Amino acid sequence: MIEIRMHGRGGQGTVVASKVLADAAFKDGKYAQSFPQYGVERRGAPVTAFTRIADSEKDLIVRSFIYEPDHVVVLDPTLLATQNILEGLKKGGWVIINTPESPESFDIPKDYRVATVDAASIAIKWRLGSKTQPIVNTAILGAFSKVTGIVSMDALEKAILENAPVKKEENVNAAKEAFESVKIRS
Amino acid sequence: MSFKKVLTGNHAVSYGATSARVQVISAYPITPQTTIVELLSEIVAEGKLDAIFVNVESEHSAMSACIGASAAGARAFTATSAQGLALMHEMLHWAAGARLPIVMANVNRAMAPPWSIWTEQNDSLSQRDTGWMQFYVESNQEAYDYVIIAYKVAEQVLLPAMLVLDAFVLSHTSEPVEIYDQEKVDEFLPPYEPKFAIEPGKPISYGALSKPDTYMEFRYKMQKAMEKAVDVMEKEMNLFNEMFGRNYGLVEPYMMDDADYVIVTSGAMTSTARAAVHEMREEGKKVGLLKMKTFRPFPFKKVREMLKGRKKVAVLDRNISFGHHGIFYEEIKSAMYPVEPKVPLYGYILGLGGRDVTVKDIKEIYEDLVKREEMEEIIWKGVKL
Repeated sequence: MIEIRMHGRGGQGTVVASKVLADAAFKDGKYAQSFPQYGVERRGAPVTAFTRIADSEKDLIVRSFIYEPDHVVVLDPTLLATQNILEGLKKGGWVIINTPESPESFDIPKDYRVATVDAASIAIKWRLGSKTQPIVNTAILGAFSKVTGIVSMDALEKAILENAPVKKEENVNAAKEAFESVKIRS
Repeated sequence: MSFKKVLTGNHAVSYGATSARVQVISAYPITPQTTIVELLSEIVAEGKLDAIFVNVESEHSAMSACIGASAAGARAFTATSAQGLALMHEMLHWAAGARLPIVMANVNRAMAPPWSIWTEQNDSLSQRDTGWMQFYVESNQEAYDYVIIAYKVAEQVLLPAMLVLDAFVLSHTSEPVEIYDQEKVDEFLPPYEPKFAIEPGKPISYGALSKPDTYMEFRYKMQKAMEKAVDVMEKEMNLFNEMFGRNYGLVEPYMMDDADYVIVTSGAMTSTARAAVHEMREEGKKVGLLKMKTFRPFPFKKVREMLKGRKKVAVLDRNISFGHHGIFYEEIKSAMYPVEPKVPLYGYILGLGGRDVTVKDIKEIYEDLVKREEMEEIIWKGVKL
């Protein structure tokens, strides 16, 4: 079983990202579950959401929060300063960050793999959300698909088309652009 | 054709009500229930379900509208949580006393104050004596399936039924759910044909005065209907299992055959407990799991069969009856009273107000259970003192 934790802020589409990822895994023939760590969310407040992916339902999926994720996804880089994003992250796990900066610019231990993608600029280019509050969820999932290989871009595209309430094609294009442009720490 | 779709627990309930072809929906929004009726209102507005959606100003009115609809012979549905269910309380008695087969989804949410939106069973368990059947589901698939099963049973025994799912842990968790072919659901659940329905031109009374010379007989008949519901549940679940490939029962055992120690759970924490029991079995521990699915009618016979002869039993309660113990614990203790030799029962309170329940918690409860000597009726797990 693979466990993924996502960190974002209210309005970025973090909860939807966790669901689209689960749906993409399902479309790849796997079993998946996603859920938010529900507070009483408001725009701008930190949001955490989780996705579990297993080969089949028989893998006995549990229903607790994820404390030792295999990978983490960071939709808002300012959270790196205020939250322990790496808490419980398994060695060798990916840290995928929405930022214009290079992956080398983050002081993240060598135990982890780091990737960055300018999901905000991509989202703005495809007019997802506003210029000041872009919805970066589909773009960062494209980067996730590329670096982890856990879900195929094909399944992700189908999941986005099914789950995006509006601008379906634009969301797919954002994911594809992030898939191509994500940078991996050397 | 049946198909699988990744759905939240709440949307699984909405699909369940749609598959059950409910005819009247009346509800008032409350977190974490709201998305159940939000999706249903869209389905009705799009013309995909031939139903009337009645907006009301409170949960009390929502249940009242369902009572009127059901008395007129319609299949009526509502959903609520916590304070909303409490506000319905008077009308819950009314629905059951008038023998109306209404089905409701209650998303378990802790009662306020202090305010909480997270899961706990005190809201639904506080309605224990209203005459409603109660089914506690573990997964989104069960949430979907039990809307359909609930109507099938309710319409035979003429008692209302409540399916209960955990706030967020199920209600806002997405996972694959199989939605069945409509023709097959129709075959399992044919249209509701009421024995008595109010209609213009054929006047009958509902809820008229019953003097001391008749009231008691109404209550006797309600109890008999509940007792009959045990057999009806079993019969219908067997048919459902056969038609839809499930494995449902009044209670559901896991790795129980040679288990010396048993952990009893209900609701969503069962999934986590099952994973814990699986891991402990791999470590050679003789532990099993018993999931309580049906709370009313209470499955006395099944509980006795399953727990007889065990070394120790831990009952896990995400609820508490203040001044007493965990509510499932007390119910199981009363069921086990005639069983000899006595099985020591230990009551654990955990997960109140949505506190997370982990595999580690379940394993620690098992270790604690094995070590204990005297029977303990109330053990707090994870409370910060």
